[in-house]
Amino acid sequence: MEPTELERVARQIRLRDLQAVYEAGAGHIGGEMSVIDILTALYFRVLRVWPDQPRHPERDRFVLSKGHTACALYVALAKRGFIPEEEISTFLQPHSRLNGHPNNNKVPGVETNTGPLGHGLPVAVGMAKAAKLSGAKYHTYVVTGDGEMQEGSNWEAIMAAAQFGLDNLTLVIDHNRFQQGAALADTNDLAPLRPKLEAFGWDVTEINGNAMSEIVPALEHRGSRPHCIVAHTNKGHGISFMQDRVDWHHKVPSKEQYDLAVAELSEAI
Amino acid sequence: MNAPVTATKLHDCRDAFAATLEKLAANDDSIVAVCNDSVGSSKLGGFKSRFPDRLVNVGIAEQNMVGVGAGLANGGRLPFVCGASPFLTGRALEQIKADIAYSNANVKLVGISSGMAYGELGPTHHSIEDFAWTRALPNLPVIAPCDRIETAAAVEWAAGYDGPCFLRLSRVGVPDLLPADHKFELGKANLLREGSDVTLIANGTLTHRMMKAAEILGSQGISARVLNMATVRPIDEEAIVAAARETGAIVTAEEHTIFGGLGSAVAEVIVEHAPVPMKRLGVPGIFAPTGSAEFLLDEFGMRPASIAEAALAVIKRK
Repeated sequence: MEPTELERVARQIRLRDLQAVYEAGAGHIGGEMSVIDILTALYFRVLRVWPDQPRHPERDRFVLSKGHTACALYVALAKRGFIPEEEISTFLQPHSRLNGHPNNNKVPGVETNTGPLGHGLPVAVGMAKAAKLSGAKYHTYVVTGDGEMQEGSNWEAIMAAAQFGLDNLTLVIDHNRFQQGAALADTNDLAPLRPKLEAFGWDVTEINGNAMSEIVPALEHRGSRPHCIVAHTNKGHGISFMQDRVDWHHKVPSKEQYDLAVAELSEAI
Repeated sequence: MNAPVTATKLHDCRDAFAATLEKLAANDDSIVAVCNDSVGSSKLGGFKSRFPDRLVNVGIAEQNMVGVGAGLANGGRLPFVCGASPFLTGRALEQIKADIAYSNANVKLVGISSGMAYGELGPTHHSIEDFAWTRALPNLPVIAPCDRIETAAAVEWAAGYDGPCFLRLSRVGVPDLLPADHKFELGKANLLREGSDVTLIANGTLTHRMMKAAEILGSQGISARVLNMATVRPIDEEAIVAAARETGAIVTAEEHTIFGGLGSAVAEVIVEHAPVPMKRLGVPGIFAPTGSAEFLLDEFGMRPASIAEAALAVIKRK
């Protein structure tokens, strides 16, 4: 799929995500809007996956370490054919398999259970290491939030990935500059991320993480070391009044706000 | 049943673990050992020299170690994740919960030097909470073998079991208790000695002490049953209820705090199904003083003679 088509799909995913969060009355919409372009590029261009064989041994691995943005993942999985699209309406409902954080035992396409932060990258390192041991050709991708990089477990994994020479691992940091309670800059500022990752032995690419023309080539980059994409994104991207506002981390839009957001996203489609 | 307690030679169960893992790995390329700079203490030196590519040493980073284990399993490997039990279970408990148990990753967690094996090193290095922490998690069998034979059998079982588990091993020497051809069965206690007046239940380094206590009791005309209960979860309810009904008194002993471990698991079953007098022996809810594991077990009332006294006291409460 070409970038312009990917952008169209991303807007559709944003609209469905917005609707699901609004109807469920809960979700993490700010971080979902920031990461949706990356998810779209992965599922509709980059990942070698087979929805009818979700455990195919040669599938590329994808881990959404920022598991609180599960709704965006569910919408992407549904559009890609892993789960029925109509099932998105069950998000957060009693006994729905689509809870607030993804469950790999219930939702095909989910590789490991995330939710507590700082878990996905170590698991992704294990996935990439497994391929090195077995000779499997799959590639492993993991998306973390930027605030999540405050978890020390990530840096344990970053060291291990370099030590193991995992050139089959790509980490995307969704760098929207906001965590739950405040801006990273006002909390525990990790910026600039590039020199930190480079110092740990990784290749680093910095991109506009909401621009498909930059996301796709970065994801398709292959080198001789583990690769980190610092994806500069906007929290709430695509919805004007949410953009770069910390209070939209997990706020739910009112009816008026919802209608306005739908209008903005629909206009873009 | 009535296995000999005459064996006096003591064995470090880590040797049985390492030898069994190497034997299995020789026939299964998917087996990998994952460790946290613990090649020596996990007895993985032989594994490393025989299968150097399949030893994944993440360095001193337990959270990453457990996560890497989950990822290796996702990629079709069969990881045995080995580390000192206080750090494996304490430092990485959230990874054990989310990445291993909840994700149903086919990872074998191996806690080395559990209990008070690092006695003199102090409470930071004691792992006397690991039963409580791990048995609270769904989908994670918790197993503490009592001798080198059961250790080898449990490692073989774990390799064939499709799912996660936690093997809790010690480095404190224990005599052979089970027959050489013993096969491990998850959730099944082993009747080591028949008895009708009281039942002594233990696992790990305490089972042989229970056998000696039963001998002391026998010399005093008391018939003590001994159950080796390696599996703490799922607990063998049937054997516990039968013991309560048939002997009317229970004593448990464990190299663990009495809060939340084997004794607690047994008590939960007894209270619900067959209430009888009971005594839990273990570390009484304190940070233990300095001393070897053997010294501390004695100190906390788990010398065989002390266990026998505790049993007599419970029998009096019938």
